[in-house]
Amino acid sequence: MRTLTFIARRAFHAIFVLLGLSIVIFIIARIMPGDPARVAVGARAPEWVVEQLREQMHLNDPLPIQYYYWLTDALHGDFGISLVTRRNVADDIREFFPASLELAFTSLLITAVLGIGLGTLSARHKDKFIDNVVRVISYMGVVTPSFVFAILFLLLFGYVLDLFPTIGRLSEGVPRPPTVTGFMTIDSLLAGNFTALFDALHHLILPAMALAMGTMAQEARITRASMSENLTKDYIAAIRAFGVPERTVMGRFLLKPSLIATISIMGLDFAGGLANAFLVELIFVWPGLSRYGMNAILRKDLNAISAVILVLGVVFIVVNIIVDLVVARLDPRIGLRAARSD
Amino acid sequence: MSVTPLLEIKNLHVEFKVYGGVLKVLDGVDFRVNVGEKVGLVGETGCGKTTTMKAILRILPVPPARITGGEVLFKGRDILKMKERELRETRGRGISMIFQDPTAALNPVFTIGAQLEPVIRHASPENRRLSKKELRKLAVIPLKEVALADPERLLDAYPIQLSGGMRQRVCIGMALATNPELLIADEPGTSLDVTIQDQVLRLLQRLVEQRHSSVILISHTLGIVRQMCDRVYVMYAGNMVEEAPTRKLFANPLHPYTRGLMAAVPRLSGGGVAMGIPGRIPSYLHPPSGCRFHPRCPQAMEICKHEKPAFQQAEDDHRVACFLYDPAVAEPQKEATTA
Ligand SMILES: Nc1ncnc2c1ncn2[C@@H]1O[C@H](COP(=O)(O)OP(=O)(O)OP(=O)(O)O)[C@@H](O)[C@H]1O
Ligand code: SF4
Ligand SMILES: [Mg+2]
Repeated sequence: MRTLTFIARRAFHAIFVLLGLSIVIFIIARIMPGDPARVAVGARAPEWVVEQLREQMHLNDPLPIQYYYWLTDALHGDFGISLVTRRNVADDIREFFPASLELAFTSLLITAVLGIGLGTLSARHKDKFIDNVVRVISYMGVVTPSFVFAILFLLLFGYVLDLFPTIGRLSEGVPRPPTVTGFMTIDSLLAGNFTALFDALHHLILPAMALAMGTMAQEARITRASMSENLTKDYIAAIRAFGVPERTVMGRFLLKPSLIATISIMGLDFAGGLANAFLVELIFVWPGLSRYGMNAILRKDLNAISAVILVLGVVFIVVNIIVDLVVARLDPRIGLRAARSD
Repeated sequence: MSVTPLLEIKNLHVEFKVYGGVLKVLDGVDFRVNVGEKVGLVGETGCGKTTTMKAILRILPVPPARITGGEVLFKGRDILKMKERELRETRGRGISMIFQDPTAALNPVFTIGAQLEPVIRHASPENRRLSKKELRKLAVIPLKEVALADPERLLDAYPIQLSGGMRQRVCIGMALATNPELLIADEPGTSLDVTIQDQVLRLLQRLVEQRHSSVILISHTLGIVRQMCDRVYVMYAGNMVEEAPTRKLFANPLHPYTRGLMAAVPRLSGGGVAMGIPGRIPSYLHPPSGCRFHPRCPQAMEICKHEKPAFQQAEDDHRVACFLYDPAVAEPQKEATTA
């Protein structure tokens, strides 16, 4: 019950955040240099065509009126036509967003398992050989941009070793499962199409790994830091003193308090990864939202830009709510504080 | 009273590696508890009491801590050499500990029950086979023993929801839940106000009497030790400096540091035992050569700066680490002062 009121309250706050965000998006879109109508029809179209389109797009009205039109349309899921793809922006989003989301989830999974795993290993063997190895690796992971990993993996595992496909979400010739969730893996599973499932997974691994390297390194460092700090706490000494086996001490009494920082950062990394994946998506020809958004920006495709930013805004808000819920679950001090402020 | 040794610490050395260097904290600690005995340990703050106790249970955080030498014999077996399984059986059932700061000793993100239940589960081989429900029933018992109201509900509470006094009681209950042969009580109740501290001490006294377990009681306050313990150790800067049966120690303190402690009016709030001696505990980064007490000692001699006094018998059951009582050193010195 407490959880439900918490979600309701946060959702209510979110409305205002999104409204503010929409105003910012709208203003940025309108003050960007260049005439969207001109961009849409091309440099050689006659002036009267441009003028007609301008009228159609309400570009000649005062800004508040333009915003009003834009917002009512957006609320109906109508972001207009993409000036570049000539399709409904909403349809574009429906197609590209799940692809990005699937990639981001896979990368999150890799980040969580390897990041927390390596961090724990490092903390348990603090200042020993393993720890130093993990620290060097994670340092490299943090300072290397994900597109470098993308190119590296592409060349090494894609071409030289030829272990993984390097283009798109499915191989040519593999029948595409009917779209239900937009997640290739889940749709394949729903359709009982295991060939497609394995092929989709196969395609996911390299880009997801490339995307996960930086965040994984980050999580490993954070996990190591909080674990080695918590290892010196009296509550660990105490539970050991009472004869509780080391397995339980590490896997339960050390792990839980140490994961709070890791999980908060992981949520931000997930949302950030969704937005910043464009180079990785570009390199692996992944039909994702990030690449779509980047193209839209380069071509001043206002409708598409607005929609992408709004979608990412919603993702950030949702991820934040989820992270807060999980952290409140893990840490009663936070949970109680949240409940008290009701 | 029997004199079978239960716990014997021999020449224990512990260091902490910190940013500025190595803290040489424990510098050859000798300590013994006999079966059924209540032993007191006093010394001003930072002298290494807690460090010694944590070293016994091998629960010092490594790093920064490192045990660089010595033995900790529990019933003749060296704890420092035990493998995981034997160590686990010695912890809890063999030796258990009430921590100095109950708030720090309870894991903030687990309920009391979630912390108490695994302790009970591993307290005996039979308990390991119990279901969650049966375990929960058992978990209520130690909470009842420490006179906590509504123990059922307490199992589902988080430490932050309890008062300081309740946390202290929970910690005592947890430490006794394994029925230890030796209980270490590290300044129980120091963090509480005087009336509650008093209640807690009385409760503790009653519980150990019922169980006939051996006890190590650490305290700042000499009065508490005098009242509860059979024998007392005095510790200074990582060394045991004096040991004697309680009455003897209070009647006839030998070590200059102990004399300083006795001269100090023990403050009720704790923390001020060393008021009779000017100065502070020395730095462990560069501890004084020879006798670590010599910079503060009113009776320091030349030899004290260069050599470390052995912890040896002055009388049959009275040991002291001071050259004043070393016949080879003190006699010529005394003659010199009388002359
Ligand atoms: N985790 C640690 N890291 C670094 N140094 C430590 C650590 N724990 C203890 N020490 C060092 O060991 C010394 C002795 O500490 P200890 O806690 O054993 O003292 P104590 O006698 O229990 O004091 P108090 O009466 O205040 O509890 C401290 O002065 C500190 O320099
Ligand atoms: S050995 Fe020397 S310095 Fe140390 S306590 Fe005795 S007289 Fe003082
Ligand atoms: Mg202490």
